[in-house]
Amino acid sequence: MMLQQKAESQAIETTYREAIREAIRDALKRDERVFLMGEDVGRYGGCYAVTKGLLAEFGPERIRDTPLSESGFTGAGIGAAIGGLRPIVEVMTVNFSLLALDQILNTAATIRHMSGNQFGVPLVIRMATGAGRQLAAQHSHSLEGWYAHIPGIKVLAPATVEDARGMLWTALEDPDPVLIFEHVMLYNMTGTLASDAGPVDIGKAAIRREGKDISLITYGGSLWKTIDAATALAAEGIEAEVVDLRTLRPLDDATIMASVHKTHRAVIVDEGWRTGSLAAEISARIVEQAFFDLDAAIGRVCSEEVPIPYPRHLEEAAIPQVPKIIAAAKTALAGG
Amino acid sequence: MAEFRMPSLGADMEAGTLVEWLVKPGDQVKRGDIIAVVETQKGAIEIENFEPGTVEKILVEVGTKVPVGTPLAMIRAEGEPATSIAAPVQSPTPAGAPPRPLEPKAPAPAPTPAPAPEAEAEERLRISPAARRLAEQHGIDVSTLSGNGADGAILLGDVERMIAEPKIEGARGRGFDLAAMRQAIAAAMARSKREIPHYYLAQPIEMTACQDWLASVNAKLPPDQRLLLGALLVKAVARAARTFPAFNGFYRDGAFKPAPSVHVGMAIAIRGGGLIAPAIHDADGLSLDALMTEMRELVGRVRSGRIRSSEMADPTITVSSLGERGVEQLYGIIYPPQVAIVGFGKVAPSPWIADGKVVARPVINATLAADHRVTDGHAGALFLSEIETLLQEPETL
Repeated sequence: MMLQQKAESQAIETTYREAIREAIRDALKRDERVFLMGEDVGRYGGCYAVTKGLLAEFGPERIRDTPLSESGFTGAGIGAAIGGLRPIVEVMTVNFSLLALDQILNTAATIRHMSGNQFGVPLVIRMATGAGRQLAAQHSHSLEGWYAHIPGIKVLAPATVEDARGMLWTALEDPDPVLIFEHVMLYNMTGTLASDAGPVDIGKAAIRREGKDISLITYGGSLWKTIDAATALAAEGIEAEVVDLRTLRPLDDATIMASVHKTHRAVIVDEGWRTGSLAAEISARIVEQAFFDLDAAIGRVCSEEVPIPYPRHLEEAAIPQVPKIIAAAKTALAGG
Repeated sequence: MAEFRMPSLGADMEAGTLVEWLVKPGDQVKRGDIIAVVETQKGAIEIENFEPGTVEKILVEVGTKVPVGTPLAMIRAEGEPATSIAAPVQSPTPAGAPPRPLEPKAPAPAPTPAPAPEAEAEERLRISPAARRLAEQHGIDVSTLSGNGADGAILLGDVERMIAEPKIEGARGRGFDLAAMRQAIAAAMARSKREIPHYYLAQPIEMTACQDWLASVNAKLPPDQRLLLGALLVKAVARAARTFPAFNGFYRDGAFKPAPSVHVGMAIAIRGGGLIAPAIHDADGLSLDALMTEMRELVGRVRSGRIRSSEMADPTITVSSLGERGVEQLYGIIYPPQVAIVGFGKVAPSPWIADGKVVARPVINATLAADHRVTDGHAGALFLSEIETLLQEPETL
């Protein structure tokens, strides 16, 4: 780890993976009710090496390897949360989380309602999402948009090292279930982080780049492609504003609408499939709330409607890429 | 490539006859250049260009009458290739096409939605919501705009350009075709009397306050800046129209829609016969000095035969005065699709009752002709009274 001396607090160069590990360590230290469980999180150090070293540091009571049974250990996490603990459940990928969907939707998201507010489920579920690692059609999908459909839970998508470091503790403090989606292509991403970086707010979108000509609305792994697209557009004199949603449920309508009010055009970049996507929801909200601000049809850059392919060139073609984002922005700006 | 289209020079205009081209293929044109003359039912109007570039092709021959919106010429924007044939929009790769290496490169812009079938004769105006809102805020008739968006859609920028459009005088002076104008007046007035059930009200208004105030103000001004009574009358009508929106707007397709802005059409006689009532935009918000300047400038241009297309299309209410000619009362005919015209006669010393005594006072007769489909006489009386009230305090106008 490289240390950089800054004027006031130290800025540390770190990775998204290390930032999440630090967040978990921090939570385990702050609150003895916190524990982590999931497949291969202990001895193997996590499928994406996020939890490497934590078993040695915190022991098997708090870093628990589970059988390959997403429904079983997610249910156990729900029970532990109702019983007073603060579990972090790691699911290896969002594709596998479908085995636990019954627990998440029918139990975690509903118990507060079903029990007449007697029981809450202060549970955090982390999982990897997204394509780009040639893991083929059963490990590469982006289903966070499905989870954003469910009332009773919150859905987070950290895209920066600050959010990777800061969202977990805020999520653990929430009295209801929070799902955190970590994009597989971000784990190796480096970034600088203040050495004293800590919890961040959730529920607010962030403007990652200011611009006046078009709003590019995105989240998670697509954020950096979108920023690259905005940089390329700037070279052509087009000032794109990049909105990082950060929280997919509840959506921060105010920030989205304020941006569209300024730019009059929007393109939504979402690695989910187009049909019934989160991008579709955002598009509908813009039309409902900001129709008379719009100067062009809303554009969407989503994944192609296919199982994510294994071959690299097809995988790349199936998901949002910088040239597609640029083209969608130019379509929205045509004639303006 | 932009299409230069037959503009709508008024909400009731359906077609126009191209009477002269002032450009030929290959000519460079700037925004604001007069490039054609079109004869409409309102007269022969010089048509301004909005799209800088080169005239690529003339599509409509002189003497042809075409509906509003018909492309008249193609204008090639600067930098566009000389003879570009509009390629059909690339359709997405058909399913089953052989896989090919997918280097990430910019794909063609997404195909735009299929255009509406051509059988649809009454084409819906393509305008973005933001552009429509801005146009309404500025009282711009959207049918007079030309669009730069996909399939000619009007975008925010098109409206902004219209608002910021430098008021460029016609490249060359042109007189009006008085015979055509006579025909246009005949058509509009016949339509008005055929379709609009007019009602008429008259009210004498005492003008001592206006005359005294004008005298005191003008004593300090050089002759070319002096205020004329007409400015007070136009301003009072504009302010009253703002208070009573039912007299300011358009009756179309069986319904009245009040206009968001007050653009007073000022009836101006043309030497040699003929009449035109171009708009003084946002007259209710102009200071009297600004209004006077506008009126002077407008009269000057009309008399020299130069009028802008936007001024023709915009009036939301009309004011006509024949006082200078000695007329006591003027009963106007409403200019469709407007719904009211206010007339003024001469200011004449008249017997007036003040404090129970008959005294001589300067009095003007104000008349209102209004559309009974929209308002009733009672509302008309209130509207005229408001004009009277406003004219009693000219310093507040």
